Amino acid sequence: MKRQAGDYLIYDEAAGTWREDPEQAVRDDVEKHNWLHIGRTVLKDWRLYLMLVPMILVFLFWRYMPMYELLGAFKVTDVVKPVADQNFLGFSNIKALLVGSGTYANLSSEFWRAMRNTFLLSFYGLLFGFPMPILLALFFNEVKSDLLRSGLQVFTYLPKFMSTVVMTSLVIMLIQQGSSTTGAPPGILSQLLASLGLISRDTAQAGLLNDPAYFRAIYQVSGIWETAGYDSIVFFAAIIAISPTSYEAAQIDGANKWAQMRYVVLPGILSTIVIMLITRIGSMLSIGYEKVLLLNEQRVQIYQTSEVISTFAWRIKTTQNQNGLASTAEMLNNVVGMLLVIGANTIARKASNVSLY
Amino acid sequence: MKRRLEISELIFKIFSYLFLTMFALMCLYPFLYAVSASISGRHAVEYQELILFPKDVQFEAFASMFGNNQFWNAYSNTLFLTIYGTVWSLGIAILGGYALSKKRLLFRKAFNFFLVFTMWFSAGIVPQYLNYLATKSVFNSMGIMDDKWLVVIAMGMAAMNIILLRNAFENVPSEIEEAAIVDGATEMQVLTKVFIPMSKSTIATVALFFAISRWNGYFWARQMISNANEQPLQVFIRNQLEQYTDLEQLGGWTAHYAPDSVIFALIVCSIIPILIIYPFIQKYFAKGTNAGGVKE
Repeated sequence: MKRQAGDYLIYDEAAGTWREDPEQAVRDDVEKHNWLHIGRTVLKDWRLYLMLVPMILVFLFWRYMPMYELLGAFKVTDVVKPVADQNFLGFSNIKALLVGSGTYANLSSEFWRAMRNTFLLSFYGLLFGFPMPILLALFFNEVKSDLLRSGLQVFTYLPKFMSTVVMTSLVIMLIQQGSSTTGAPPGILSQLLASLGLISRDTAQAGLLNDPAYFRAIYQVSGIWETAGYDSIVFFAAIIAISPTSYEAAQIDGANKWAQMRYVVLPGILSTIVIMLITRIGSMLSIGYEKVLLLNEQRVQIYQTSEVISTFAWRIKTTQNQNGLASTAEMLNNVVGMLLVIGANTIARKASNVSLY
Repeated sequence: MKRRLEISELIFKIFSYLFLTMFALMCLYPFLYAVSASISGRHAVEYQELILFPKDVQFEAFASMFGNNQFWNAYSNTLFLTIYGTVWSLGIAILGGYALSKKRLLFRKAFNFFLVFTMWFSAGIVPQYLNYLATKSVFNSMGIMDDKWLVVIAMGMAAMNIILLRNAFENVPSEIEEAAIVDGATEMQVLTKVFIPMSKSTIATVALFFAISRWNGYFWARQMISNANEQPLQVFIRNQLEQYTDLEQLGGWTAHYAPDSVIFALIVCSIIPILIIYPFIQKYFAKGTNAGGVKE
């Protein structure tokens, strides 16, 4: 195949010369529908393509095939029959969840409740959970002794590596209810909170986790406990990458600590903050179902604040076998989630030239 | 030249030390409490008399757990899932990451997108459950009756880990690869003799990420493994927690130790392996997370 010189040269910095862009030949081939040539290139290099096969199969079978099950959102799937064999139903499932009337009135209000909980848990996570690692990184930067700092860091990373089961078990045990028959007091953490006056003795005795008013706080505090230390790594790396001369220059100009924070540290880590924020917003609607399920299992009384979309879908699937409605709920959730990633990314790119994708 | 600390800097420094110490202790406290509570006497645990140090030390909670066959069963199941699962996931991730790191790969962007898309959009747990059920029936019809293999093969793959490996392989100088090819190395030899040894630290990090997520796996194992004897440790802990809280409320408990002590003892046993490998992994963290920036 003849190539035209000139239109696909790239500059090789190491050698200081211009060379052909090997990918351009491929782009040309694809553009010109030169499928025969493409086929020959693949065949000649078949070992490389064979290496991709296991990965593609795993993702195809267990990441993309479930998306096919989302078709159930437009079909009736509350009977035992694979999605492919069901008849199309149109948008009635979506309508039932969004504006449900008659038999679906209850379900629809539960859906909106779950949507609201999902948003609120994520929003509070963003509000309280997001700044925490940044603060920790700023503080870690103040500890000049390497030994002390890495010692403290090791402790703060630790909870991240515990399983959700262990983490929720510890939470459940530390704030467990007291016993009315034996007069045993509530868990040690509830006792501490009660003696600090943050919660009433009665609430503590009845079990903090049984009270819907406290679920969100429990969720956020345990979330910060679990991830703040680990998440601070990336911010800390950004802070230590700032050149010491920037601080010196600011000090010579008479900048105090706050001015240094404002004009040296903040600009230095802004791009990291933006990227982490986009990631965070992108995963906003994928609240970890495992943690929520483990905390609210068998506690129907706190569903009003704790049930999120994924656990709502799981509940209507397992208790009512409404596969179609469950898939619909998750699909609505995931589509909004994806719009959030794209939206956050676009705004970030417009505002600060930093973008993730 | 030594500069005098300004007052604002001094305040900030003191506050930093205080805050970090508090936070580190807060992170550590639940684990210390779990250890104390697992070896404390029944009255002390039930009446919440412990603050940090154990009281009326007993080891019967541990002994009863070690005497429980189900516990060892669960432990060996978790080991099975962790070892085979890590090998399976890591093998696929290394092959895939290697191929994706090659500039000459046709449709490289499309393959990358195929991978990254799963990080933005996931079908959700109900579709995933239906999909795993279908897989399970296919596996059963193929004669694979042990559901642990379903968990090993179908679950635990993470696009992020493949991207980490891809980025590490991209950083291997192409001159070394070319030299190996000139010497007559095949594609597989280039991978095993050049790329894997040169990206050891990233591979170790990714292997440990896989291993920890396998060790900690709970939800899908509980849903997909039908035989109770095949369930891993995390499921066992959760079941014990549910049973013992019931027992406690019904008042049918006669042992010298509190039911809570058994749960705490289980928690301690389940985190010990992680604590053992923890010192080796934590030095890779900064590296691993920094390389994690998604590039297209």
